[in-house]
Amino acid sequence: MNIEELEQIADSVRLENQKFDHEINVCMGTGCLSQHSDKLKDALTAAVTAEGKTCHVRRTGCMGLCAAGPLVLVDPGEILYQHVKTEDATTIAKSLGGEAVAELQCNLREHFEEQVHIVLENSGHIDPEKIDDYIARDGYKALMKALTEMTRNDVIQQITESGLRGRGGGGYPTGLKWSTVAKAGGDLKYVICNGDEGDPGAFMDRSVLESDPQRVLEGMAIAAYAVGASKGYIYVRAEYPLAVNRLTIALRDARRRGLLGNGICNTSFNFDVEIRLGAGAFVCGEETALIASIEGKRGTPRPRPPYPAVSGLWEKPTLINNVETFANIAPIVRKGGKWFAAIGSERSKGTKVFALTGKITNTGLVEVPMGISLRQIIEGIGGGVPDGHTFKAVQTGGPSGGCIPAHMLDIGVSYDALVKIGSIMGSGGMIVMDDTSCMVNVARFFMEFCMTESCGKCIPCRAGTAQMFTLLTRICSGVGTMEDLELLEELCSTVKETSLCGLGQTAPNPVLSTLKYFREEYIDHIVHKRCQAGVCNIQAQMEVVA
Amino acid sequence: MSAFTPPPLPSEDKRWKIVNGTMRKNGFARHALIETLHTVQSSFGFLDDDAIRFVATTLRVPLSQAYGVATFYHYFTLKPPGKHTMTICTGTACYIKGTAKLLAAAEKHLCVCEGQTTLDGKVSLMTARCVGACGRAPVVLTDGELKGQMTDEQMIEQLERWQAE
Repeated sequence: MNIEELEQIADSVRLENQKFDHEINVCMGTGCLSQHSDKLKDALTAAVTAEGKTCHVRRTGCMGLCAAGPLVLVDPGEILYQHVKTEDATTIAKSLGGEAVAELQCNLREHFEEQVHIVLENSGHIDPEKIDDYIARDGYKALMKALTEMTRNDVIQQITESGLRGRGGGGYPTGLKWSTVAKAGGDLKYVICNGDEGDPGAFMDRSVLESDPQRVLEGMAIAAYAVGASKGYIYVRAEYPLAVNRLTIALRDARRRGLLGNGICNTSFNFDVEIRLGAGAFVCGEETALIASIEGKRGTPRPRPPYPAVSGLWEKPTLINNVETFANIAPIVRKGGKWFAAIGSERSKGTKVFALTGKITNTGLVEVPMGISLRQIIEGIGGGVPDGHTFKAVQTGGPSGGCIPAHMLDIGVSYDALVKIGSIMGSGGMIVMDDTSCMVNVARFFMEFCMTESCGKCIPCRAGTAQMFTLLTRICSGVGTMEDLELLEELCSTVKETSLCGLGQTAPNPVLSTLKYFREEYIDHIVHKRCQAGVCNIQAQMEVVA
Repeated sequence: MSAFTPPPLPSEDKRWKIVNGTMRKNGFARHALIETLHTVQSSFGFLDDDAIRFVATTLRVPLSQAYGVATFYHYFTLKPPGKHTMTICTGTACYIKGTAKLLAAAEKHLCVCEGQTTLDGKVSLMTARCVGACGRAPVVLTDGELKGQMTDEQMIEQLERWQAE
């Protein structure tokens, strides 16, 4: 495979597409598939044939607006249809070349206009199971460029210049990580893609892997070239069968096309990737725990240093990045680090994909430039809180993050700004809560999660999360005292400061942030034995006690 | 050091060949333990003592480590599942959209707690930590098939259909 051959494939796909007068893209991500968009695609194929239209009906990945699924995008014209049923197939087929079907049309200009798509640029436009579709949209050009025109240092230089920071949540500068691994000695190194998206309420990685798996593989291959690795692992949750399936197909096709394997692009660069399935352990999102899991052991973290960049998988230098980080690599190499650095805020560059869920009108996946305000995301893109309820808080960062109250919605989204107000960027879960959510109960929910997911290796996390959970349960059932609250705060700081890994160190965050911004709800539960949101059901429990 | 001979398959059951296949593909390396347990679970539905023993011996992993791994990860189950499985997602988005009520309704209807199977072996009630379909919350999996925006009534209806079988 060389650059000419790559162009030939791209041209032949474009030529093939030009044969059709129309294109119908059907979303077949997990969300829309659960509403039988596969059957819808078959119906549309049959309908366009029956109507005698020359139309290409294509399976695509996620289009983002999961709330309005199944989604169908018709080209030319970029007409988006929502809640499309199999019965609507003929109507849509008939409308091709004429007026759009008004009653199915989705008119959410604001939702799409404020987004900037880099990671998701192909999602909803290509068939994730066809490598040639990806190649036709500049796929693998970046890898070719890196291998034939750039030295390893050039690549790292571009990534450093782009200002890209780890999208898994930590926000560690990617260029710095790469150069550490590149400098590490030894001829055997590994590249690992962390797709263990354990944060409940987040599905960015799933969506990227389902919609554009080749992009992640290309990013990994470029990384491997830059750091001098020849073997990669991609660690995916077993709970994501569709993502695993599409990745398997993507790997097979990339090997067939000579874009993975030995002597890629007629150079001496060898690289291949293997899939490793997670088995339902949140702690495996932590890099050292993930490495233990790939080695076939229990996923328990170990103290750092040594960092995986020096001693990782099988004690070899290992580069671990998140799915979304790898998905950003190809465009950066293609367009240059400066282009990327021009997007976003001062210390957080580029875009971030968020999974916008909870009590919000337009649930789904959004990609926004860093620095955009939370208000723009929630009220503009998200369409606000539905059913006449009022906004109460937005939770970012999952079990390691915090709840942000209404009066802070105007802050811009960046790694540093979110840490400053007691939350974190996290991997990208953004859960909106309205007046029907009790913040004490939310804290209890996350604590229960951390308690069950604690691996048990270090005592502060294992025992601390359990004790905090008991205290929160007492408060939620109306038997908590002010002393309990004091003890809870004390435990929070102990667990935060003494736990071994990120899970324990951040487990108190949901409690701390709700205590900071919604203390009156805790007092309400303890002193007035009352839960304003009506979630905790204190009255019923008090009656049982009496 | 004498060459290692893998132990014979536990029985004639063809599924053991699939399990053995996974181990062979990985060169019977110790790190294939989790991969192999995945294959056992997808072939047999759960991990029993015989399976763990067989995998551990074949991969030359201490039995304690194999058992440790099998019990550490939530995805693995050591109990046979019922004929049908209702999995209720308890991720954050589903929690905000009231999954606790769904779970309570299912527990009451089936008279079992989460993680258990009804006495007649027809339905298992499980919970999952986020299946990543948060846009459609609350979500359940009926025999692995994802169903979004679930209501108590729809779920009970499904459970009743299974119980009547």
